[in-house]
Amino acid sequence: MKKRVLSVLLTTALAASMLTACGGSSSASSSVSSDGKVLNIYCWNEEFKTRLTDHYPGYEAIDGTTGKIGEVTVKWNIKPNENNAYQNNLDETLLKQKDAAADDKIDLFLVEADYALKYVDTDYTVAVKDLGVTDADLANQYQYTKDIVTDSKGVLKGVSWQGCPGAMFYSREAAKEIFGTDDPAAIQEYVKDWDTFTATAADVAAAGYKMVSSVNDTYRVYSNNVTSKWVVDGKINIDDNIMNWVEDSKAMVDAGQAGTHDLWSTDWSAGFYPDGKVFCYFGPAWLINFSMAADTEGSIGYNGGWGATEGPQGFYWGGTWICGANGTDNADLIKDIMLKMTTDAELMKGIVIKDDDFVNNKPAMEAMAADTSYSSKILGGQNPLAMYCAGAEKIDLSNCSAYDQGCNEEFQKAMKNYFEGNATLEEAKELFYKGVTEKYPELTY
Amino acid sequence: MKKETKGKVVSYNKWGYIFLIPFVTVYVIFQLIPLGSTIINSFFENYRSGLMQVGPNFVGLDNFIKLFSSGDIWVYTANTLIMWVMGFVPQILVSLLLGAWFSDTRLRLKGQRFFKTVIYLPNLIMASAFSMLFFALFSDAGPINDILITIGVLDEPFKFFSHTWSTRTLVAFMNFVMWFGNTTILLMAGMMGIDTSLFEAAEVDGATASQVFFKITLPLLKPILIYVMITSLIGGLQMFDVPQILTNGTGEPMRSSMTLIMYLNKHLFSKNYGMGGALSVFLFVITGILSLIVFKFTGTGESND
Repeated sequence: MKKRVLSVLLTTALAASMLTACGGSSSASSSVSSDGKVLNIYCWNEEFKTRLTDHYPGYEAIDGTTGKIGEVTVKWNIKPNENNAYQNNLDETLLKQKDAAADDKIDLFLVEADYALKYVDTDYTVAVKDLGVTDADLANQYQYTKDIVTDSKGVLKGVSWQGCPGAMFYSREAAKEIFGTDDPAAIQEYVKDWDTFTATAADVAAAGYKMVSSVNDTYRVYSNNVTSKWVVDGKINIDDNIMNWVEDSKAMVDAGQAGTHDLWSTDWSAGFYPDGKVFCYFGPAWLINFSMAADTEGSIGYNGGWGATEGPQGFYWGGTWICGANGTDNADLIKDIMLKMTTDAELMKGIVIKDDDFVNNKPAMEAMAADTSYSSKILGGQNPLAMYCAGAEKIDLSNCSAYDQGCNEEFQKAMKNYFEGNATLEEAKELFYKGVTEKYPELTY
Repeated sequence: MKKETKGKVVSYNKWGYIFLIPFVTVYVIFQLIPLGSTIINSFFENYRSGLMQVGPNFVGLDNFIKLFSSGDIWVYTANTLIMWVMGFVPQILVSLLLGAWFSDTRLRLKGQRFFKTVIYLPNLIMASAFSMLFFALFSDAGPINDILITIGVLDEPFKFFSHTWSTRTLVAFMNFVMWFGNTTILLMAGMMGIDTSLFEAAEVDGATASQVFFKITLPLLKPILIYVMITSLIGGLQMFDVPQILTNGTGEPMRSSMTLIMYLNKHLFSKNYGMGGALSVFLFVITGILSLIVFKFTGTGESND
């Protein structure tokens, strides 16, 4: 009896695990319709919601997680990025998408550059062409924003309303104190390449400031200028430029010119306020607008105390792409949201003015860059758009891979141990390999 | 006549089994089946990379070989046990002391109810909230560093989370604060169960307070002590939430505060049922062995009562 029960148990468990496997690997063909009453949007913070509320015509907010566009109820499913919670949730829901009730199906979800390929290169996203958005509609967008959401067969699967060329934001007050000027062009001379940058860091530290809040601030600037991918033929590969970051950062940490805080931690964001004594941060337009406490009284941003310059190397950071989920029943509405938010020049100009964002519309941005009447309040009246425009053209995403997010995170975590003297470089690298292979068991090193 | 009584006993027994059904059902569904499927999973390669599912493919003992070949598993086991001992030793000492004071009729402590409530309160706070609080308190620019600098103990902020022992101590301290109230209540219950005539007899014989404690209270408290030890050990091996939140899931520095369950959690990213299963089986075996050891060491007089 006992044996029989056990064998039944074993076979059931086996069969069950095989069934799940089948569910995972089967692919759905593209199917969309437009008679849905509920639009389910999956994202990780309030940014897109704020953009829709403020700029999309006809969007009414009902409460924190619901809204209405005409007859359609908009349901927001917001899960923070921390510990991969957003993607875990999205993955589980997407895998069940086929069997979900029409009103529970994901209609639209957002992805970031770091892991866009993970979703774009599957059948869970629907080609924008199938939604009715044509190439001509998207002609004004920056090419890199399309490259990143183009799958391996060359099909465009998403659109973005923003461009994320990065810049270096420095505290004007600190610049005046240290260099006697806060003019962007003059400051650029002090940070024009990495050698000058590290030399300047010493002067900045001598004046009692940290050059950057954390060495993780400069990470993206190095990692965006790599010449090889994180994974080559299933093997983890560390690019030379990433190793340059390690070398420069170690020197800065040892000299007390930079901290080792995690991005987004309280220690990291201390420099958003004058008392934090941080000279500069690296980031794209959304960082300064959305994340640097610009609406909190007393912050540097609130008082218009930041200046922007190009910094040692061009880079981009993040960006949010809108993807239509396969199986959506609100195709027309998604098409309209995509068109309005990412191609409507007037609406997008509104985003620039209200939110200091850099939008994904070449002619509109170039026009605004030339327009002397536009200036950013947070940047103390500077018009940074020309700088962003030039940067956006230069962004090269050819070394992007589906593993970027995991690799970047694990690398920064592991190197923190090296910077703080808890490990040798070899030990830290070993820890990085360990962390990556835990996340992606199929990789070797 | 005799036959009739016997028949009644049998029919009463039937009710015993019927009353057991709910427990057994719940146990089988929520404990036994998951246990079995965990063991089965440990023999399969089964994970997800991105949205692509790999496996399940039968790989025999490969997961276990992978688990043990790097040797990391022993490091994490040691981390877990070190942090458990660091928290458990002060916890049991303080609890014994408090328990003895609270249950001592001669002392007649005032406000007992109040203090019993207060020492239990930390346990009511969510472990994650508690960890967040400590993370903020001990961060580089946090209040603890501020105070230490202001009173002149430190010249520059001490990075509590960048040093192995300060991180481990914080984890142990938090577990101590969260659990000593609970242990006190348990030990007190045990102490109050001891026949008061024994204490009175000792008093008449002129025993000192420490003699009473070591010669009467402790030996008679053994069954409860064993219970506390084993439950705390099992809880300690499953230590997760406090170090996870405190170190942001990294177990930094250099994974010196990474516990076994945190390591298990690392495999969640890739939904790695195979490695997760192997690790869980290992944890199951370790828990069993350690519980047996504790039981053997302290359990000579377990037939008390």
